[in-house]
Amino acid sequence: MSTSAIEAEGLVRTFGKVRALDGIDMVAREGTVFGLLGPNGAGKTTAIRILSTLLRPDAGRAIVGGYDVVHEPAKVRSLIGLTGQYAAVDELLSGEENLFMLGRLLGTSRSSARARAKELLEAFDLSDAAGKYVKAYSGGMRRRLDLAASLVGRPRFLYLDEPTTGLDPRSRLELWGMIRTLVAEGTTVLLTTQYLDEADRLADEIVVIDHGKVIAAGTPQQLKTRIGGQVLQAQPADPADLPATEKILAALAEGDDGAHNDGQLVSVSIRDRSALGQAVRQLDDAGIAVDDLSLRRPSLDEVFLAITGHVAEEERVEDLEQGSTDERRPT
Amino acid sequence: MSTATLAPRVRPNLVSNTLQLARRYLLHIKATPEQLVEMTIQPIMFLVLFVFVFGGAILGSWQEYLQYALPGILVQAVCFLPFTTALALNADFTRGVIDRFRSLPIARSAVISGRILADGARIAWSIVIITGFSMILGFSFGGGTAGAIGSLVFVLVFGLVMCWPMAFLGITARTPESVNTWGFMLILPLTFASSAFAPPESMPGWLEAFVNANPITAVIDTARGLMLGGAVADPLLKAVIWMVVIVAVFAPLAIVRYRRRI
Repeated sequence: MSTSAIEAEGLVRTFGKVRALDGIDMVAREGTVFGLLGPNGAGKTTAIRILSTLLRPDAGRAIVGGYDVVHEPAKVRSLIGLTGQYAAVDELLSGEENLFMLGRLLGTSRSSARARAKELLEAFDLSDAAGKYVKAYSGGMRRRLDLAASLVGRPRFLYLDEPTTGLDPRSRLELWGMIRTLVAEGTTVLLTTQYLDEADRLADEIVVIDHGKVIAAGTPQQLKTRIGGQVLQAQPADPADLPATEKILAALAEGDDGAHNDGQLVSVSIRDRSALGQAVRQLDDAGIAVDDLSLRRPSLDEVFLAITGHVAEEERVEDLEQGSTDERRPT
Repeated sequence: MSTATLAPRVRPNLVSNTLQLARRYLLHIKATPEQLVEMTIQPIMFLVLFVFVFGGAILGSWQEYLQYALPGILVQAVCFLPFTTALALNADFTRGVIDRFRSLPIARSAVISGRILADGARIAWSIVIITGFSMILGFSFGGGTAGAIGSLVFVLVFGLVMCWPMAFLGITARTPESVNTWGFMLILPLTFASSAFAPPESMPGWLEAFVNANPITAVIDTARGLMLGGAVADPLLKAVIWMVVIVAVFAPLAIVRYRRRI
């Protein structure tokens, strides 16, 4: 068993004139969470569809668990579980019937398919709703069932395409916990997300893609370090002191970015750790009392902004993956 | 949750995968009772309306018209039932369920064959209901037991043939609405402009020519011949050729579309 579980090299896929993937390279190690991070339309779903044998790449190659996705798709399918952007469960069956059917399709006996369904329903806190039609499930329940459905065959590789999009914060946290459990049990997870905090919290390694290209890669820590050291924040007790605080912190800033003042909190990027001590002294000298003074690493939001030059959220308007799906559909 | 060890996988088995998926589609009937209405009440309603509204006017008595019209009503029913094939496949695509199936190590065409097998069961059910009800009303098979069984099996086979164009339509259409529009545009004229409800000789020349060329007419004439006792060789030959052509054209088209649609 190789340590690089999923490998992709120079993946290209175009839909009409749109280059959804424009030469993606990535290596995910066995037993880790690999995050594919990018705004909507970046090419994340296209990448997942190629790696799950649903779509052929125009160029490049991809290996999953030692098998080529184009030449040995059946082998790849026997190793993977896929949970797509929308919960792909059968609404007209009960939760239990959904899982039972998948177990039977995978060739297990009636009794083991029943047992596996029961086990998964319990693990995903769906036992009470086991006999109910899925059309009566809430969004969070559907997502959990969808995740359970992708686990029926105990896949070595689990692909999660934006698993928490549209979920409320509590369901999101629950799903994160379930993903961590799976990884602890040895599953390799490939996760796409447009939520930077999700990649930050879950992924061991991240590839940031935008317009079909890899624009950054590394651990969350590395990515955060890449855009400079740390962020120094100060919150003056008296808002009247904000301008003075901003002036003091701006003098400590790295580069010409200056300080950012959001009307409550002044923050500044620094590289030199002595800046914290200087800030304390200078604020004290100026007689400014502060409620909060702290050093923190930049969030991935700030990383994304620094790398791409635009805010991740703005891209949501244009949903290329949706658009390209339409193009591919026959009329 | 148990450990992530690899469960033993068997090689994809088309037969067992087809049976499992047919079971899935039949379970849908439980969740959507209107399907049961469509399979049971609707054909009976058609039968009653046609026989009692038009029967006397067309053939002088409803009893006689029942004898004439039952084969046509059966064939029309089995042409409309495969709409469910189209709609179910369409829904599976638009809801992403097909993605899940295609990412599993199962026989890929089992989705289509399972759907058609399920429809075979639905069609058989409707045939039994319609025929049983007609017999209560006084329908009598003039072609003997062999003719009776032969005609019903023949109509069932034709229903299965009609599943293929419907599968193609369901996979190709973007929305359930366009499935309905195109399906009705195709099936309604074909079933009415046939020998189902009135003798073709009573129609204007251009329509009679169409009716005689219509494959549905050949199917109905065969069923009628078998049910009532009469010559079937000629329409049977035509009907079989048409059925082979329909499957030969639409089965590959449906499968290719199924593979390509993403």
